[in-house]
Amino acid sequence: MGEKVLMKGNEAVAEAAIRAGCRHYFAYPITPQSELIEYMSRMMPKAGGTFLQAESELAAVNMVYGAAGCGKRAMTSSSSPGISLKMEGISYMAGAELPAVVVNVQRGGPGLGDIQPSQGDYFQATKGGGHGDYKLIVLAPNSVQEFADMADLAFELADKYRNPVMILSDGLLGQMMEPVEFKPHKTEKEMEQLDKQHFDWCMHHNQDEPNHHHHEVNSLEIDPKVLEKHVIKLGEKYEKIKANEVRYEEYKVTDDCEYLIVAFGTAARIAKSAIDELNEEGVKIGLIRPITVWPYPYEAIAKALTPSVKKILVTELNLGQMIEDVKLAVEGKVPVEFLGKVGGILFTPQEIKDKIKGMQGETCK
Amino acid sequence: MQVIAQRPKSLTDLNFTYCPGCTHGISHRLIAEAVDELGMRNIMMGVAPVGCSVFAYKFFNFDMAEAAHGRAPAVATGMKRARPNMHVFTYQGDGDLAAIGTSEIIHAANRGEKISVFFVNNAIYGMTGGQMAPTTLPGMKTSTSPYGRDEKDIGYPITACELLNTLRAPYYIERVSLLSPQDILKAKKAVLKAMTYNKENRGFTFVEFVSTCPTNWGMTPLDAQKWAKENMYPFFPVKLFRDKGVEGGE
Amino acid sequence: MKTELICSGFGGQGALTIGKFLAKAGMQEGQNVSWLPSYGPEMRGGTANVSTVISDKPIASPLVTHPDILVALNQPSVDKFGPEIKPGGLMIANTDMCPHKLERDDIDVIYAPMSTIAKEIGSLMVLNMVAIGVVIGRTGLVKYETIEADLSTFLKKKNPDLLEGNLKAIKKGIEIGKNN
Repeated sequence: MGEKVLMKGNEAVAEAAIRAGCRHYFAYPITPQSELIEYMSRMMPKAGGTFLQAESELAAVNMVYGAAGCGKRAMTSSSSPGISLKMEGISYMAGAELPAVVVNVQRGGPGLGDIQPSQGDYFQATKGGGHGDYKLIVLAPNSVQEFADMADLAFELADKYRNPVMILSDGLLGQMMEPVEFKPHKTEKEMEQLDKQHFDWCMHHNQDEPNHHHHEVNSLEIDPKVLEKHVIKLGEKYEKIKANEVRYEEYKVTDDCEYLIVAFGTAARIAKSAIDELNEEGVKIGLIRPITVWPYPYEAIAKALTPSVKKILVTELNLGQMIEDVKLAVEGKVPVEFLGKVGGILFTPQEIKDKIKGMQGETCK
Repeated sequence: MQVIAQRPKSLTDLNFTYCPGCTHGISHRLIAEAVDELGMRNIMMGVAPVGCSVFAYKFFNFDMAEAAHGRAPAVATGMKRARPNMHVFTYQGDGDLAAIGTSEIIHAANRGEKISVFFVNNAIYGMTGGQMAPTTLPGMKTSTSPYGRDEKDIGYPITACELLNTLRAPYYIERVSLLSPQDILKAKKAVLKAMTYNKENRGFTFVEFVSTCPTNWGMTPLDAQKWAKENMYPFFPVKLFRDKGVEGGE
Repeated sequence: MKTELICSGFGGQGALTIGKFLAKAGMQEGQNVSWLPSYGPEMRGGTANVSTVISDKPIASPLVTHPDILVALNQPSVDKFGPEIKPGGLMIANTDMCPHKLERDDIDVIYAPMSTIAKEIGSLMVLNMVAIGVVIGRTGLVKYETIEADLSTFLKKKNPDLLEGNLKAIKKGIEIGKNN
């Protein structure tokens, strides 16, 4: 790790992606992620990589499809409306089992919505979004440092599982500056290794027989029996990811917690402020923060449900999306309440405190 | 025994799945022969479209990507940028290139992407069963223009070569046809030229094949060729639009 | 100890930079910091503003709703954020652009003609440096030396005259912060 620098999340994730060996970045401008594409336009040429401002989100994600199909670490980024357009390419990449990274700096929706922070794309990211039976690995950062660290993690997971990975960020994390430390750049040797790692399936230089290869980067299987096999194989991969890659943070979770908050990303950050203050006031409360929102930490939530837990609060910057996963984990054992903010408005720690106080009052009755 | 004709090495052993009389087999072969003749088989990658030629990725015997409908030029862009020492072509039909993929083809051409695009124009959607294409002729009946294409309602056929020829970056643009053996020999020359320029990384090269679809036109292959000459040439004249490789070719 | 600031003004007055320099200095002094700007259309008029937090503990919420310190470079900033300042907090207002005072007696207030001072030093461009000076003169939030070192690293070679003007502006601000 080097020295700390003060940087916007959008720029930090771009820098971290380059350091992780990403040399192919294709995107289209949209607020509030434009600093990311601008940073790439400045820095990618210096790293000897490809920066290309595509004619649309559709084109950008399909350029990633082409570059990832050649086995290269490729990335695109956008904000919510642009991510909707990318969903076609994401589904194709999932079908063709291409490793690639997509960053979503979420803003308010639906439609054009606004440009303020939101978590309204949770369902889209974790439950599909594009067509067909597929899963994205979805990482949800809650700080600029974590946002940057996730670039490397996202590429590692993408390569490991041959699966697209999304970093589900938001306008706050994209626009905010915080101190960040970067990992060193990949060495030349590591870059060579990265380049070779997918030679068994990707499109690359060829040879005459008997070593001639005919690799097909493809999501089409017209024969139902073949497609059945393919999708079952994808399903097995998703099960493996579920078993191995669940990540979450417990914050002030103790055996005698009476209340738990479950929140991810920016919402979790704000909840931490509220929890600090509530703890000082004697309320026994902790936070479970899913870091992977797919695969989801169902077991971690179930495990935190000690007999002392009276209620759970889910806070999200939407009308209530992740709460469905929390309810699946809780299985009706305790009431699960919700506090949401929409329209790109953030809640304050005080609002969370007030909600918990209200829940306490109801519990006492 | 002397071999006078054989399967190009750049085609796999699979049998084509195209209808009798379809010209896709011919254009596949022309491309494969050019790749062989130019010694490019080990540095070649291709992109198949959505449409009748959706399985082109199975037929060409080197690495191939299958793109989403219309996105082949974007996928090819990603491939060429990722492996600049390799060479890339797309193979696209009229619905793929001139309807759903107009944005991608125009911008790939406008960037002067160092790829070749082979465009098969048979004025109809084949794979989905004979619907109207952006290149369907005025008055032509299809399963979604049962009363004939009404140009007052839906406009005239899009002419891809003419459209792309308004851009400055493209290196080579030519329209050829596959309507007779002589035409096919001329088409071969165009394919060879595009692939030669591709090999030399000169810029964006584009070859349109005026083709037929006997099945969906409801004609015999011979009638289809005759009909195409009479009806398609007025809208899609066989022509060299641009060749920056020769003096005065711009 | 956690200090929450809002710096606010018209786009181009340098409000966002005030927060950035303070946050950067805080980081260099080993504190946790965050800097969260308002963005979008508001950047071009009204109140371009930034939430800055400097804390010895990890910062949970970077969003400041009730600041300890408000730096208001124009009237809309006083009107919008003045009422939100924590009791016992501090408001620093640029009287050149804030004709109306804030009706509160539970906070510390420094009114100074910061635009005029900046112009006297040489340029309106150093308005934000005057404001930084006032903040650190009054509160000791970060050290002058940290900001001086930071400015020096990128201005010394590029534009030594500019460096001098900036440092002069900060020193003048500190004087105001200490003596008002």
